[in-house]
This record gives sequence, C-alpha cells and structure tokens, in this order.
Amino acid sequence: MKQTRLDTSFDASTSAEVIQTRGASVRFGERRLWSGVDLAIGPGTFSAILGPNGAGKSTLLKVFLGLQPLASGTVNVLGAPAGAARRRIGYVPQRGGFDRTIRIRGIDVVRLGLDGGRWGVPLSPLRARRTREAIAEVVDLVGATQYANRPIGELSGGEQQRLVVAQALVRHPELLLLDEPLDSLDLANQAAVAALVQRICRERGVTVVMVAHDVNPILPFLDQVVYVAGGKAVVGAPNDVITTETLSALYGARVEVLRATDGRLVVVGTPEAPALHADRHAG
Amino acid sequence: MTVTLFDYPFMVNALRAGTIVAVVSGAMGWFMVLRRQTFAGHTLSLVGFPGAAGAILIGLSPAFGYFGFCIVAGVIIAMASPPVGSALYSEESAVIGSVQAFALACGFLFVNLYHGNLNGLTNLLFGSFLGITNGQVLSLLAVAVPALVALGLIARPLLFASVDPEVAAATGVPVRSLAVAFLLLLGIAAAEASQITGSLLVFALLVLPPATAQVITARPLLGICLSVVLGVAVTWAGLAMAYYTPYPTGTFITTLSFAAYVAARGIRTLGARTGTGPAPMREALT
Repeated sequence: MKQTRLDTSFDASTSAEVIQTRGASVRFGERRLWSGVDLAIGPGTFSAILGPNGAGKSTLLKVFLGLQPLASGTVNVLGAPAGAARRRIGYVPQRGGFDRTIRIRGIDVVRLGLDGGRWGVPLSPLRARRTREAIAEVVDLVGATQYANRPIGELSGGEQQRLVVAQALVRHPELLLLDEPLDSLDLANQAAVAALVQRICRERGVTVVMVAHDVNPILPFLDQVVYVAGGKAVVGAPNDVITTETLSALYGARVEVLRATDGRLVVVGTPEAPALHADRHAG
Repeated sequence: MTVTLFDYPFMVNALRAGTIVAVVSGAMGWFMVLRRQTFAGHTLSLVGFPGAAGAILIGLSPAFGYFGFCIVAGVIIAMASPPVGSALYSEESAVIGSVQAFALACGFLFVNLYHGNLNGLTNLLFGSFLGITNGQVLSLLAVAVPALVALGLIARPLLFASVDPEVAAATGVPVRSLAVAFLLLLGIAAAEASQITGSLLVFALLVLPPATAQVITARPLLGICLSVVLGVAVTWAGLAMAYYTPYPTGTFITTLSFAAYVAARGIRTLGARTGTGPAPMREALT
C-alpha cells in the first residue's frame, strides 16, 4: 500500500515541482557544508530530510526559505527564487518549547501566523471576524480547540507543537517546512503529530518537507527522502535511500540498515545514526 | 474632596503629567515585561539621572538630558546586543550592566561638579510631582503622542518578534530593527517617567502595572489596556493620598503598584491551589 501511494505521488510531481535545486552547495567560510545537491519535490508530497547531526539538514530547510544563500547552484521554490514566495510557505522552526512563564495564549501565537507581520492596529470589524474564523478553523484542524485559550507556556510539548503547526497553517500555505517537530515529544505525541502532518498533506494537498532526527514515526507516510551526510545528499524513495548500499556509499564508510519485525528502520555503524537516538525521547 | 484636589493648578498639572507618563509606561512596559527586558528598562531609567544632572550642569533643562541620554543609551544597548531569543541573549545583560555602571558614575560626577543642592539630587532620583508647569505637561504630551502612535504601528510585528522571533524572521518581519526601535521607544518612556517619578521609582509605572496585568490576563490587547488603567489608577490614587498626607507621592504610587502586583499573584496562586479560582478566572480573563 505504501508502494502504490509512492507511485501516484511521483507521477504528479513530474508536472511542476514545488522545490527544485540544481548543483546547490552551501559554504560557511572555508568549510563546505554540502554540495552538488539536486532535488525535486513535487506538489502534495511528504518528504523528509534525514542525516546525522551537523550534516546541514536545517540549513537545507533555510535554503528553501531563502534565509541561507547558496555558494553555488540554484534553488526554486513555488516557481520563484527562494525567499520570494515566503508568504506562501508555513514554517515550524526547531525550538525548545515556549518559556513556561510567557503570558500569551496559544490562540494569540496562532494568530501571529496570520497577521503578525502587519503594521498598524487592526480596526475593521469585518476583518476581525474573518480573522477569528480563520484561527478557529485551523485550531480545530489540529485538534487544539480545548486548550488554545490557555497561556502557551503552560501547555505540554505536544499541545504546543499542534499550535505552532496551526500557526504555520493559518495562512493556507502551499508548502509546509518543519524542522524536527517531533524532537522532544514522547512517543505517543510523536505518532499523533506525525499523523496530523500526514493528514494535512493528504487532505489539503499541502507539500510537506520535514527535517527528522528519527525517520520511524513518519516512515509509513513518506513519499521521498533527502538523506544528507558526508557533504552530499541522496534523494529518492525511502526504501531505495535507506539501504545499506546507498548509505554506505554516502557516508563513505560501511553502515548497516536493519529492519525490525515491526518495520522500523535502524541505521547502525554511524556515530550519529538517527534511530539510535530513540532513548532521547523517553523523557 | 475632589474639588479641593483640582482647585490647585499644581495638582492639576501633577495629575495631567502623571496620567501621560502612566499611559506611556503602561503600554511600553507591557512589551518590555513580555520581552524580558526589564533590566534594559531599569538601565534606561537610571541613565536619565546622569543625563538630567549633566543638563543642569551645563545650564539646560533636565528634560533634554533625560531624553538625550535615554534615547542614546537605548540605541547603544540595542546595537551592542544580540537579537532577543538567540542563544547569546545572556550577553545582553553584560552590555546593559556595563552601560548602567558607567552612567551612574557619570551621574555622580556631574552632581559633584555642580556642587549642587542635595534637594535637586533627591528629585532626580525620587521624583517630584510638585511645581510641574504647563510647558512641561505639553512637552511630555508632545513626546508621548508620537511614541504611542509609533508603538501602535509596530505593535503586531513587535509582538510576533517578541514571542516567536524565528518564525517572525522567516515571514519577513525585521526582528533586529524592531528590537532597536523598541529600545528607542523604551528609552523615551523611561525618560518621560523619570521626569516625574525620578530615576529610581520609574519602575513603579514601567514594570509593576504591566507585570500585574500579565499576571491577570494572557490576552495581549486586554493586558495592555489593563496595564495602562492600573498605571493611571495608582498615579491618581498616589497623588490624592500624598495631597492629604505629609508623605511623598512616589512612595504611595510605588506602594500601591506593589500591592496590586502582590495581590494579583496571591489570588492566582491561591486560585491555582484550591482549584476553584482559576477556572472562572481563566474563562473570563485568559
């Protein structure tokens, strides 16, 4: 079943890509982070950016946002150079949760995604009603209606994550970029937030790119994987990329991909194997 | 009773000046408390002291010193500090502390050079509500109105940049420029308040009413309004109490602000503990 979903989405992606890079490379001073990255992400697909810590996963996401310039190569996002279509992109950065004492409601955080960039004071009552409706709709979509009116700092990690996803969705973006949204969540919440993102992707046709530390919570939903390691990236279907052969070639060292009986993938042999960090999520 | 209070022009001007200062402080202070920049606000208030002392020393109106020093210090702190919310945030307090130490040393020097009367020093530090002229009220108003309009213009992007700087930056909100602009406005608010409450009691209006409002409600707009109302209320009450007693106004305003803050926190803690209080309070206010 996973295989059929993969096939249809790749057919759709051949028409017009949402994200396309050619020969992209990023350099920090003398240090080359990665280079020669060619990728194409089709509309309505769910892709993951995987790889060890420090490989440049978040940097790749920032390239898509136009926040990180390329040293060479090109990047196109939603038919324009990166950064030009920023308002059509929803972004959920990596963060350690809101300050516990911050006195702002969840619903206010969601609202900032809608009109937080506007100057001046909102005066039109008509617009105020539309704003309220748009917020209520997206808060309902992520299932946060019950607690959206409470101060965000008092909410659990999973509840906060649903609200920041709502914030990223409130302007109905065509592309949703998430940076390790499952990190620091317990296993039950990881599964719930992953399922929520998958639902948004399939039901709303939003293209999703998620940086992930551990591929397993999202593995059943993925159309495509971008595996960044050793200064390069491999792009393809999860079953083609997360294999002993492909990853060994990418790392330039022998790594092994093991499949547990429940379908979970474990990469062993690298100092920073994604699935080996599952213990971090225990707390 | 109120008739007597309004009968004297100095009381009317004290109420006018106090109201202007309370409104500006209440609005700016709300963002300051939200952004956890009370230390920056504290320093900006203290910087007004050498500013005013220096202005008196060279024969200018202290108002020039207050505004000049507070605005310059606000820009210095903003330029020298890493963006709020970044991992380097702690570095900001070192910059602010350095500015504060140097400013106080300058103030002390200026007061010594002036060979001035100690009464003047007390007023610079603890404020004076008496003898405020019509001109002073007008100059306070002339600065307050544009500052509040500017705050209104940047309010939403500033809220975004304060609560969620990374997403704000990714959406195209100029987070860094807003930080500079806000410290500039905070400098103006501190300079305004210093002229009335003195450099040391600025916090009675700049921190306590906003902090109290944030304890009571997590709604941004309601919080700002509440902060302003609380500030104006304690200022008026403090002035009235000082009028009928021999004690200084600043003491009453500060004590009332402090009492409101303690009461708000107490009610919240009590409500959270018993489990009966917070539900209706939360429904209504948060």
